[in-house]
Amino acid sequence: MRAIAPFNLVPPEPLLRAQHVTLEYASERGVVRATDDVSFDVYRGDRFVLLGPSGCGKSTLLKAIGGFIAPRAGSLHLGGKPITGPGPDRIVVFQEFDQLPPWKTVKQNVLFPMLAGGVARAEADVRARHWLGKVGLARFADAYPHTLSGGMKARVAIARALAMQPAVLLMDEPFAALDALTRRSMQEELQALWDEIGFTMLFVTHSIEEALVVGNRILLLSPHPGRVRAELNSHQFSLASAGRHEFQAATQRIHALLFGADAEAPVVQAQPAQVQP
Amino acid sequence: MNAVHEPPIRPEYVAPQRTVAPAAASAAPQARPVRRLDWLNKPAILLALVILWELLARWVDNDLLLPGALQTARAFIDGIASGELIGYVTVSLAILVQGFLLGVAIAFLLTWLAVSNRFGRELIDTLTSMFNPLPAIALLPLALLWFGLGKGSLLMVLVHSVVWPLTLNASAGFRAVPETLRMAGRNYGLGGLRMVLQILVPAALPSILSGLKIGWAFAWRTLIAAELVFGSTSGQGGLGWYIFQNRNELFTDKVFAGLATVILIGLAIERCVFQTLERVTVRRWGMQR
Repeated sequence: MRAIAPFNLVPPEPLLRAQHVTLEYASERGVVRATDDVSFDVYRGDRFVLLGPSGCGKSTLLKAIGGFIAPRAGSLHLGGKPITGPGPDRIVVFQEFDQLPPWKTVKQNVLFPMLAGGVARAEADVRARHWLGKVGLARFADAYPHTLSGGMKARVAIARALAMQPAVLLMDEPFAALDALTRRSMQEELQALWDEIGFTMLFVTHSIEEALVVGNRILLLSPHPGRVRAELNSHQFSLASAGRHEFQAATQRIHALLFGADAEAPVVQAQPAQVQP
Repeated sequence: MNAVHEPPIRPEYVAPQRTVAPAAASAAPQARPVRRLDWLNKPAILLALVILWELLARWVDNDLLLPGALQTARAFIDGIASGELIGYVTVSLAILVQGFLLGVAIAFLLTWLAVSNRFGRELIDTLTSMFNPLPAIALLPLALLWFGLGKGSLLMVLVHSVVWPLTLNASAGFRAVPETLRMAGRNYGLGGLRMVLQILVPAALPSILSGLKIGWAFAWRTLIAAELVFGSTSGQGGLGWYIFQNRNELFTDKVFAGLATVILIGLAIERCVFQTLERVTVRRWGMQR
């Protein structure tokens, strides 16, 4: 297991490196190409966002990095080593609430991956209590998941992931199933956690605003099959800047990159009034 | 006229802030159970049925056809007191437990085959759809041919009655485990047997439990029916044999006492074993209401 270095002064090697990754999966209508020749680098401490409409292969890409799918072509490296299968150095936070085994209490859920990964019971206990406190669920340690709200389940999933101290945290639209108000407070809490600890995270979303708020760098993917459209910086934005002019401009720029400039894009969205190039 | 459709413009107001923090407001829900006389409903219904039975019996006034509730209770208590009934029950339950456990073991073997590969799945699907509708008791003549009068035949029909419903339920349960949960398990580095024991079995537990419940009920009724056909294994008879013999000797009250015992044991196992199991597992976990 790899502890996250608290500081990195030297311009470092990328932690996660995707090179010319082509992913395919079998569906009822034959083999579908999810991504085509996608390359990107994630550095330590990045909040790297994969953004795109449905069908751009962003979730498939995340699953490939999680080790659940092997690339058809190209390579995925984590810390210089090729990714060959799922492992506890890349804990995934899924969108679905059933990622938490319902037969385990909140605390047992946080303990589960640590004990499965061979962390000593006493240490796992300390870590679980620490991270449940961090996400504000200390008082719910003995509650079963079915008694929790969606936002609380998402927090358990995040605490469970962070307690493992993974090299990179993989988040697959973790807040997409939450209501808008809860989603906003979860984004704030995630930001606060990152400010405090500075973990590396790969975040998949289809919301432009969420990408700008959560990420420091955004990989834009176009759909059918997923191809890299652009790689943008978004470190200057936070929830506080959501109403500002630059934020609006960045939103519209991404929107234009994804839909506007692309005449063949099949997705017709209710666009805000904007200039078509 | 237009004014009718336009709501009035009202002044705004902001409520003064309370001191309760939002976290404290969402404290763990304190379940306040609604305790009334609901639990009396079932005993009341039972009592009414017993009274109806007794009245009917007095009206018919024929002990050979329809003994009354009191008479049956007396026969039942006599049977318990003399140890006669207990002996029969013990014989039945002993063979039932053996057959049930054997059936469960075979069912888990078949389930493992059904969920481990595609061929196994098709094989087990075919077998369960063939044999599940076949009443176990219909196999008794064949069992007698193969194993003769005795324990072997009883075990064969018991195993048949348990294996198919349990395999059907358990394999459906394993297939229904959410993909996310499987991926989470693999993400934690679980594989093979640890994956099965720590993720798949608990996740499929609601279906496994209901399979066990159905299997047990099938086994119990199959055993009683089989014992009616031939009761004694090596001189000892079971509960079905007790009913059959007392009918031959026209002790109808004992027949009723035997039937009541069958019902009581069925209810007791359902209540004490299966409902307790469900309460401490799947209900507690919110996997079943």
